[in-house]
Amino acid sequence: MAKDLVNTLADLKEQEAIEIVKDRLSAGDDPFKIMEDARKGMEIVGKRFSESEYFIPDLVYSGEILRVVTELVKPKLTKTTESKKLGKVVFGTVAGDIHDIGKDIVVFMLDVNGFEVHDLGVDIPAQKFVEKIKETGAPIVGLSGFLTLAFDSMKETVEAIKAAGLRDKVKVMIGGGQMSDEIKNYTGADAYGKDAMAGVSLAKKWTGVG
Amino acid sequence: MEKQWEEMSSDEKQEEMFNRWLSPKDSQGNGLKFQSPQTEKAFKDRITRIKDAIQMKKLPDRVPVFLAPSFFPVYYAGITPQESMYDYDKCCMAFKKFVLDFEPDGHLGAFVPGAGKALEILDYKLYSWPGHGVSPDASYQANEGEYMKANEYEALIDDPSNFFSNTYLPRVFGALEGFKMLPALTGILEMYGVAVNFIPFGLPPVQASYKAFFEAGAEALKWIGAMGAWNDEIAAAGFPIIVAGFTKAPFDVIGDTLRGTRGIMLDMYRQPDKLLEALDRLTPLMIKMGVGTAQMAGHPLIFMPLHKGADGFLSDAQFKKFYWPTFRKVMMGLIAEGVVPMPAAEGRWTTRLEVVQDLPKGKTLWMIDQSDIAKAKKTLGKVACMYGNVPSDILAVGTPQQVKDYVKNLINTCAKGGGFIVSNGAFFDQAKAENVHAVVDTTKEYGVYK
Ligand code: B12
Repeated sequence: MAKDLVNTLADLKEQEAIEIVKDRLSAGDDPFKIMEDARKGMEIVGKRFSESEYFIPDLVYSGEILRVVTELVKPKLTKTTESKKLGKVVFGTVAGDIHDIGKDIVVFMLDVNGFEVHDLGVDIPAQKFVEKIKETGAPIVGLSGFLTLAFDSMKETVEAIKAAGLRDKVKVMIGGGQMSDEIKNYTGADAYGKDAMAGVSLAKKWTGVG
Repeated sequence: MEKQWEEMSSDEKQEEMFNRWLSPKDSQGNGLKFQSPQTEKAFKDRITRIKDAIQMKKLPDRVPVFLAPSFFPVYYAGITPQESMYDYDKCCMAFKKFVLDFEPDGHLGAFVPGAGKALEILDYKLYSWPGHGVSPDASYQANEGEYMKANEYEALIDDPSNFFSNTYLPRVFGALEGFKMLPALTGILEMYGVAVNFIPFGLPPVQASYKAFFEAGAEALKWIGAMGAWNDEIAAAGFPIIVAGFTKAPFDVIGDTLRGTRGIMLDMYRQPDKLLEALDRLTPLMIKMGVGTAQMAGHPLIFMPLHKGADGFLSDAQFKKFYWPTFRKVMMGLIAEGVVPMPAAEGRWTTRLEVVQDLPKGKTLWMIDQSDIAKAKKTLGKVACMYGNVPSDILAVGTPQQVKDYVKNLINTCAKGGGFIVSNGAFFDQAKAENVHAVVDTTKEYGVYK
């Protein structure tokens, strides 16, 4: 079987990708290798997204295919893959705001680009960000917000990080619906990212890989 | 002899709808009594200004200015969103203060907060609201979910009303669980159909759901009483409301609150034909919804918030296949009945402008948020009046001078030849009052056509 999981997944051919995975599993192929190929496929998806060849639905669909593939392979995995990560990122939607679509996309893109993302979820109080930064030692923080009410929550979050004495240890990026460079200045964050790829570029720049 | 509605062309119908708006009725159905001849003149001047901008046939006296807030009036008046949703008098006070203090040519009424008590009675799950899932001083927010399952397209297509009453409503309203047991009312035929089909209505869960239905209805009546009186008062003071009601692009009906963002995106790959069929099925319903409301209100403008068609949400090919055809059909259906669709291109629509300009001239009114406004003027702006683009960030954290510069620049870029209205681009909660004043005052000062 010469069919190639990396490209099949990258081209979003769900049925074919599943067939390949099933065939490889029943042929006794190493489940790690299958997951590694899937990860490579996702990397291509991310690349196509960054080049505006793919759009949000393609990301969502690729994520769904990956979920199905992972479910097939998981029972055969003896231990979880310990691939080396580029760096840690703490991410969340700030207090008062419960939106996750945009946040999930950025988290997804950071993940497929090799970052270890600690996704706190939505409506996250400033203190929770601080605790997670302490716990993980992550040098990068991503704040997502969708509504104008998030302007102040973001500002408070950056201030709480400062009050905890962590401000010079982390870089903070913000993004989401109504955010802008103007708001970045207002909140005291380090950068504003217009979309998920901007988030990845910032993270890469800050970890010195980009 | 006056022409009957059925005999009028769509141009004549639109003219007639504007005429009705110009001679408004109060909420009791009588001719509205203005505060004074001056306020009556101000009211009519404002509408005429807006009408001229929309129709693009002649220049208005000056560029009109709208303010389209979300919860800003509530914060500005010093009350919380929670108070505004539960105390209708306070809500009315806040929005009245807003209109009278800022004096825009057009406003959105006091409808944004809605009736909190009714949501509570119904145990609404689709949204979290102040005191129910979000804090008392935050605005309500939607809970994304798959309220229609991937395998339910047939049910929706077969009978949308039945799908809503028996499946969708029980999912989004906890108190309407009992509606799951309802029969299809189209089965009430003949003698035999009666007794059998009425059995469910005797069951305790169904009766409990109806009880909640009635109570929520009574609460909604109370609320609309307050809103109607408010509208009368504000119109009498010379300030027209700019929307009669709303409808949606079929893709957003499914993508926002039925299948959800994720759901509809997967459906485009996994079951595109079903999705397309459902979009077609919803199209006439969305037309009727808009036309019906406009007729009832005697007002031509029907708002259409646009969501999942924005830049990046779909590829160009997907936009043309899934979003645009039925969206356009809804607009054309409204236009045929003299209604002016008011689509709001929320977020960025820069890559869609070339496609959406395929519309008859002077028949639509577009809200533009963060799209490239110069490009919008050169494309969509050729056939449609636009409003918006003043960004939330400078309203919230900028200075009046920044706002003034922005508005002047906007007028320079877009207002030449008419067909433009200054306004905020996104429905705002947070803003500095002096910045909001700057939007209106700069337009009035700088926007006069000479
Ligand atoms: C879809 C939508 C809805 C749906 C949401 C549910 C659903 N199932 O989709 C519905 C119809 C329910 C809805 C309701 C309302 N909405 Co609405 N909605 C939108 C819309 C069109 C898209 C939001 C969205 O889904 N974005 C998807 C993601 C992918 O985008 P994103 O979050 O911006 O994330 C991207 C980037 O910003 C970036 N990013 C995000 N986070 C981060 C973080 C970092 C660190 C980085 C680097 C990048 C980054 O990456 C993402 C991918 O590229 C926006 C307008 C718009 N186009 O943005 C309005 C919008 C958010 N809504 C708005 C409003 C006012 C409302 C309502 C209050 C309206 C009302 N009065 O009823 C309600 C309630 C609020 C709510 N949303 O809960 C306003 C908010 C303005 C404000 N006051 O702050 C907006 C901006 C529209 C506008 N122009 O006025 N809405």
